[in-house]
Amino acid sequence: MKDAIAGKTMLALTLFAVLLVLLMIAGLYLKSRPVLSSHSLGELFFSTRWRPFRGQFGFLPFILGTLWVTGVAMLIAVPLCLLTAIYLSEYAPARVREWVKPLIDILAGIPSVVFGVWGMLVVVPFIKDTVAPAFKVFSTGYSVLAGGIVLAIMVFPVIIHVTLEVLRAVPSEVREASLALGATRWQTVKRVVLRKALPGVAAAVVLGIARAFGETMAVLMVVGNVPKVPKSVLDPAYPLPALIANNYGEMLSVPLYDSALMLAALILLLVILAFNVASRLVLRRVERSLR
Amino acid sequence: MENRTHISVQGLNVHIRREHVLKDINLSIPDRKITAIIGPSGCGKTTLLRSFNRLIDATEGVRVSGRVLVDDEDILDPRAEVTHIRKKMGLLLQKPFPLPMSIYENVAYGPRIHGIRDRRRLDGIVECFLRKASLWDEVSGRLSQPASALSLGQQQRLCLARGLAVEPAIILGDEPTSALDPQSSQRIEQTFTELKRDYTIVIVTHILRQARRLADHVVFLYLGELVEQGPAWDFFNNPKHPMTREYIKGLIS
Amino acid sequence: MARDRRFAEERLFRGLMIAATALIVSCLALILLTVLAKGLPFMSLDMVTRTPQGGYYLGKGGGVLNAILGSLYLAGGATLLAILIGLPVALYLNVYARPGGRFVAASRFAFDVLNGVPSIVYGAFGFTLMIFFGLRASLLGGIIAIALLILPMMARSMDEVIRLVPRELLEASYALGATRWETARRVVARQALPGILTAVLIAFGRGIGDAAAVIFTTGFTDAVPGSLLRPAATLPLAIFFQLGVPIPEVQGRAYASALILTVLILAVSLAARLLSRRLTRHVVK
Repeated sequence: MKDAIAGKTMLALTLFAVLLVLLMIAGLYLKSRPVLSSHSLGELFFSTRWRPFRGQFGFLPFILGTLWVTGVAMLIAVPLCLLTAIYLSEYAPARVREWVKPLIDILAGIPSVVFGVWGMLVVVPFIKDTVAPAFKVFSTGYSVLAGGIVLAIMVFPVIIHVTLEVLRAVPSEVREASLALGATRWQTVKRVVLRKALPGVAAAVVLGIARAFGETMAVLMVVGNVPKVPKSVLDPAYPLPALIANNYGEMLSVPLYDSALMLAALILLLVILAFNVASRLVLRRVERSLR
Repeated sequence: MENRTHISVQGLNVHIRREHVLKDINLSIPDRKITAIIGPSGCGKTTLLRSFNRLIDATEGVRVSGRVLVDDEDILDPRAEVTHIRKKMGLLLQKPFPLPMSIYENVAYGPRIHGIRDRRRLDGIVECFLRKASLWDEVSGRLSQPASALSLGQQQRLCLARGLAVEPAIILGDEPTSALDPQSSQRIEQTFTELKRDYTIVIVTHILRQARRLADHVVFLYLGELVEQGPAWDFFNNPKHPMTREYIKGLIS
Repeated sequence: MARDRRFAEERLFRGLMIAATALIVSCLALILLTVLAKGLPFMSLDMVTRTPQGGYYLGKGGGVLNAILGSLYLAGGATLLAILIGLPVALYLNVYARPGGRFVAASRFAFDVLNGVPSIVYGAFGFTLMIFFGLRASLLGGIIAIALLILPMMARSMDEVIRLVPRELLEASYALGATRWETARRVVARQALPGILTAVLIAFGRGIGDAAAVIFTTGFTDAVPGSLLRPAATLPLAIFFQLGVPIPEVQGRAYASALILTVLILAVSLAARLLSRRLTRHVVK
């Protein structure tokens, strides 16, 4: 009797947790319906006019801002993460690996505001005083580049961790087969290991992108938050998550404003879900091939 | 080409973590013959084989001392350059592990990494070694297919062709037929007997009958120690060591 | 010669890899050092024992006790709530559900995907929930939002440790006539306890550091929270808000808060690490 009740309760809780994602989509959709019904999708997605007080909600600057910042972050993070993951998995002595892995875990645990503080104290002045003058332009330092650098450091752990798992799934005999033919280690990595691990590595990068899309506080603190489409990496930007977080105070007093912000959250959720589902499907296949 | 491929091992000791896996091994392996390393599982056969081409380096917590001379070069010398040592030896593992590429690319892989880029030359190499591994007739029409599409037995012969394509003088086989069906095993064994005209072959096996069928020279290891070695006929018909006698009779396994 | 080139390439890439690894590790060091160097001068006993004095954001005296306690209450409450849901879920997946079945695989997949949803979305969703239930920004609202945020990772990591419990142990318990519920509670949960605690600590660490999910839901106040239905301060938001104020003393409180938060998180992650090391030491292989 008790067993049956416990079983039912647990099933209910599990269903609740699993269906949470649908609940979130439904909740955010309901909230964003007013703005969806009064504005066309084309206007919402492709207009650069963001004037909430006049009822104009063009998301384009924010969408492009997100893309710029994420793009810069990935340009920095992907090569560094791949090199590090390959080093840790294929080259590093066990002792180095045992030291570096926990450090990367610690990096993953640092709260996003702390990254933001660091960005404001170190990255922003560096761009203002060193990078911008080097290109003979003026920048306050609060820029796409600052956001990209901070974001890159934040996605390091995600990409490295997943890539390491993927590389571990490559059977060591495949490496040995190549080494036994007299290939150098790098030749083996480049031509055999990476080729075999490619789908998984791609999935790791996509997970990193998804993480970067949604990151809020740290980016918000260093990108400048100007609702214009950036033209260079030294311009400020205004990514979607920052938009949502920054306007929570006034959103209830302006008509449709809250609805527009919830739509922004819904867009983020859907895009990130799609990215996550795609890469998790690939990773599940990789994991299966391990067994 | 000079043919001094002689492998000789002097005072080889291998520790893996706290375990003493190979104890003071001294032996020499005759050229252009098939040498079988036999013994019960866990006696260090594979470790011995892997110290010949220094794949043992990749093992976690390994310490190696002693000398392994190949062509009078001590390959265990830390200054020795491993890729050219490995190039001298083709390796076959228990299970075939084709590289994640086409049949053609698998065979061309070795020559390519050693700097051969000319397509026509590669075509010739691929055909030549697929023939040597007696696989050509079965795959000549579908060289661009992924290697994983072949049967296990074909994959193993592909791995053999891949190993031969870097023109080694020695072939190392780590129980190369243990994952194959009897027919495929027979084909591999047959290929080995054809190849021994040009190559020195060393195989690890725990199947006594296979050693009897193939070997010209036998090395018997037990618990990390070299018990007895010698020409196959003497070894099987006139074993000197009591332990060898028991092993041949099937008393130790 | 081709041979020289490939060795040059080997050396080049090996060098690049070591440089990349060193760079990533030094980023961590740089961040920790910056936080330490900026925060330490503002640390004092007052900072951790008093609330901010002299009015919202602008007062120069006092400390950040409101945020420290607020964060602990918030993350503690959220962790508790997430355990109440997460632990049964993990037990259900491993004891009740058909092993290797579709439902189990789908649930794990769903949690992995949910784990990737950013905290700002949880915040926005929490906010819509609160409006739906007529709640205002409050400690309770924050607890719910953070609980939802950490639930997937907690359920999933508990699931992973419970999965390691040998099947034979379950069968031995059934053979003694125990029901699944008794088996789950007395055998599985107990055997996996260290791992479960590690999962809890990691989730707590994530909860205490999050800002985006609480910015809508919890509000901010100078007072130590006295009720679940009142707004509460949190360390991440204390950092964020106070940093934007052009008064050095207030900014100093932000730096001190950053240091306190970082130390808290490092302590939690160290504790989790020690626990999991103990766990693996006692595992029979």
